[in-house]
Amino acid sequence: MPPLDIACISILLLLSVVALSPLLSRRERLLIPTAFSLAALASFAAVLAGFLTIQQGLNSAATIPLGLPGLPFNIRLDPLAGFFLIVIGLLAGYVSIYSIGYLRAYPGRRPVTPLVLFYLLFLAGMLMVVLADDAYFFLLSWELMAAASYFLVMYEDEKAENRRAAYIYLLVAHVGAIAILLSFGLMAGLGSGFDRFDGYTFDAMRTARLAPGWAAAAFFLAFFGFSAKAGVIPLHVWLPEAHPVAPSNVSALMSGVMLKTSIYGMVRVAFDLLRDFPWWWGGIVLAFGLLSAVLGVLYALMQHDLKRLLAYHSVENIGIILMGLGLAMIFTSFHFPALAALALVAALYHTLNHALFKGLLFMGAGAVIHATRERNMEEMGGLIHKLPWTAALFLVGCVSISGLPPFNGFVSEWLTFQAFLLSPALPHPLLRLLVPLGAALLALTGALAAACFVKAFGVTFLGTWRGHRKASQIHEVGISMRLGMTLAAVSCLGLGVLPTYVIGWMDIIPERLFGGQIAASAGRFGWMWLTPYSYERASYSGPVVFGGILAVVAITYLLLHVRGTAIRRAPLWDCGFERITPRMQYTATAFAMPLRRVFGFLFAIREQVEIVSPQNHPVMADRFNYRLRIRDRFWNWLYTPLADGAFIVARLVGKLQQGRIQVYLLYSFVTLIVLLVFLG
Amino acid sequence: MSNSLVVQLNLLLAALILLTSFALLVQRRMFAILHIFAWQGFFLGLSTAIIGYATGVHHLYLSSLLTLGMKVLLLPYILYKLIHKLRIHREIESMINTPTTMMIGIALVIFCYHLTAPIRELSTLMTRSTLALALATVMLGLLMMVTRRHAVSQIMGFLAMENGLFFAATSATYGMPMVVELGVALDLLIAAFIFGIFFFHINTTFDSLDVDQMAKLKEGD
Repeated sequence: MPPLDIACISILLLLSVVALSPLLSRRERLLIPTAFSLAALASFAAVLAGFLTIQQGLNSAATIPLGLPGLPFNIRLDPLAGFFLIVIGLLAGYVSIYSIGYLRAYPGRRPVTPLVLFYLLFLAGMLMVVLADDAYFFLLSWELMAAASYFLVMYEDEKAENRRAAYIYLLVAHVGAIAILLSFGLMAGLGSGFDRFDGYTFDAMRTARLAPGWAAAAFFLAFFGFSAKAGVIPLHVWLPEAHPVAPSNVSALMSGVMLKTSIYGMVRVAFDLLRDFPWWWGGIVLAFGLLSAVLGVLYALMQHDLKRLLAYHSVENIGIILMGLGLAMIFTSFHFPALAALALVAALYHTLNHALFKGLLFMGAGAVIHATRERNMEEMGGLIHKLPWTAALFLVGCVSISGLPPFNGFVSEWLTFQAFLLSPALPHPLLRLLVPLGAALLALTGALAAACFVKAFGVTFLGTWRGHRKASQIHEVGISMRLGMTLAAVSCLGLGVLPTYVIGWMDIIPERLFGGQIAASAGRFGWMWLTPYSYERASYSGPVVFGGILAVVAITYLLLHVRGTAIRRAPLWDCGFERITPRMQYTATAFAMPLRRVFGFLFAIREQVEIVSPQNHPVMADRFNYRLRIRDRFWNWLYTPLADGAFIVARLVGKLQQGRIQVYLLYSFVTLIVLLVFLG
Repeated sequence: MSNSLVVQLNLLLAALILLTSFALLVQRRMFAILHIFAWQGFFLGLSTAIIGYATGVHHLYLSSLLTLGMKVLLLPYILYKLIHKLRIHREIESMINTPTTMMIGIALVIFCYHLTAPIRELSTLMTRSTLALALATVMLGLLMMVTRRHAVSQIMGFLAMENGLFFAATSATYGMPMVVELGVALDLLIAAFIFGIFFFHINTTFDSLDVDQMAKLKEGD
């Protein structure tokens, strides 16, 4: 069966489950496993379709006679689309398996059917976005995805926080969608005339030749629109609001794959539709990537809500992906196809990796929240004893996202580094000077991310339990949740250990887009060694590192356990205190304090210490209340003025409404006279 | 009747219609407004009949009869009853004082002449010179709606505007097709009934027919 058919069947399967699932709305305990198994099946079918497309280098297109008369939907499956089918399908499959267990707690508490419906629609929308080959179908799918995810964020709608988050999300999504619409409109209209409709296909846009100024306008409109969805700083504000309040399986999908559809959109517009661009486009993309990465990780460090922390890390990782993308654009504009291929492969590899490890982390966070009913890390602790599986799997996610070998995050970040370090080849003095500085920022990002996950893992899983519930009430999560997370963790390891295979396999994407290849140089020494550009410069061997780590761990274990004295349980040394309480542990806030001092100027921090003393005397203090409030400065710098401005304009426009008939008549009268004067 | 006599008569009637428009604009007493409106309808009907006679477009006779029946007898009668029932005698203060309103009206007439100048050059109809006055009647009707605060006088403004439109149609093309004219006449009649119902409702709700009271319906800040 051709891959395009498999992809279409996968979407049809999802949509038919959407149509049929209301029939089971009375029997939700049956609905959840049925619907999510089918969703997992459909997702893996999409993965298969994508895999076959890339494997065979296919480029198949079809026209679906739906839509408006004379405006049929066009779909196409090329290697780029195939790659994103894999990104979406792989994580969606894992998350669907995970959801079977995760949602088991819901029936009886609240209706699950809407969640199932919108989840499936959301998946179908994402797959359709990737398959679309015309602006009309693309935007339709895009909006389907946005609307479905809005309802998913809104799911627990009795909380004001959720409604607010969903509203902000919808607002940003719509502003972005308008920009994308305008961008497609420019490309279609300037390509084949504003009075005709046949410019709406991507094929027509590919052949259109735009004047440089208009091309830049089209690209930056699209960049703005996709950035709004991707959460690039300063358009990131919806992410830390929406991800924590959505159900965890949904946040895993939103953060893991929905953001990636906008990366797909950027690659499609830049490398496929416009193709010919000056270097400064890439420079701007790179600059926003660096900004998002550094600020994203710094904001993440300040969070103590587990999911909010992960949401800010999505901002950071989107930044890293944009760095690769920006570098690829710079290299392409100076005609270095091999270097551009390296940067693009790094970006796409990181896209896939981020989908997997961020999905894993959100699933892990969901498991923790599921078990503890608590979102604040400061109220957790010691969970490694209660949730050993979740802890181990979450640790895999932490190591991956921190960019440590032998997991996948290291490979893609390392490739991005290589791309940065090869930039002195550029024939532009300014770029030669500035771009390597980006590598320094990337290194800073990696280090800060590692610090952040030391904090996240340490405070959540190590130490002793700090929460209000009894620790004995906490149990390990069910088998399907563990299965979903394990699959994601194994994928993270696989992609980290065998990068050469993956790169050789995805080499066709840059080749199709701009004729650059790296597989020949990257895989020159076989599957053991990854040498992205040339072996003299840099090489990495996933298998050797993995084997070395395994060997060290095994030897240490053996050496310790042979003597049988490895584990000795004894009472905690209490430093002479009479009683140690869990409150005396190192907290997340305390852990992040040094970095908060160093980078304090980036945040809006309000710190208050209140002394409660019965005698009203500071020395006789009874209790100290410490309050810390950290806000995103972008709220005050960018969004508050915008919102205030919108209100001022609305109030000015509102003055038109006088409530007096004569005034309304006067408007018509004046309009009539003015029109007569100018047109008569 | 010779053509030049027709043109002269028509111009005279047009001038009278314009005069009544100005009179409507400044008149305060309700019954006087009704009388002036009836006279305007009468001049309009007469002018239509004369044009119908001179050009041989015979359906204009029917329009003329309709105008006389509707705008001279029926509508004034309905409104007369209404005013009696609601006990309205004087208009409330208008928004702008009388001299200013007159000045704006004069400016509008000049503007209309300026606007229709190119059409006067092109047209070959004997009624071409009245087009400016017809347009001015429309404008003055609209001006009346803008300046008055009383619901009934606003309706009168609306009806005067309709008169102007009708007059413009006769001046520009010797009248609209019969079907359209019948339709318009029917609309007007129904509008008068609806206005009547609305007046009662406004009156009972706000205890007044001053449309400024309706500003209370405005959404607050």
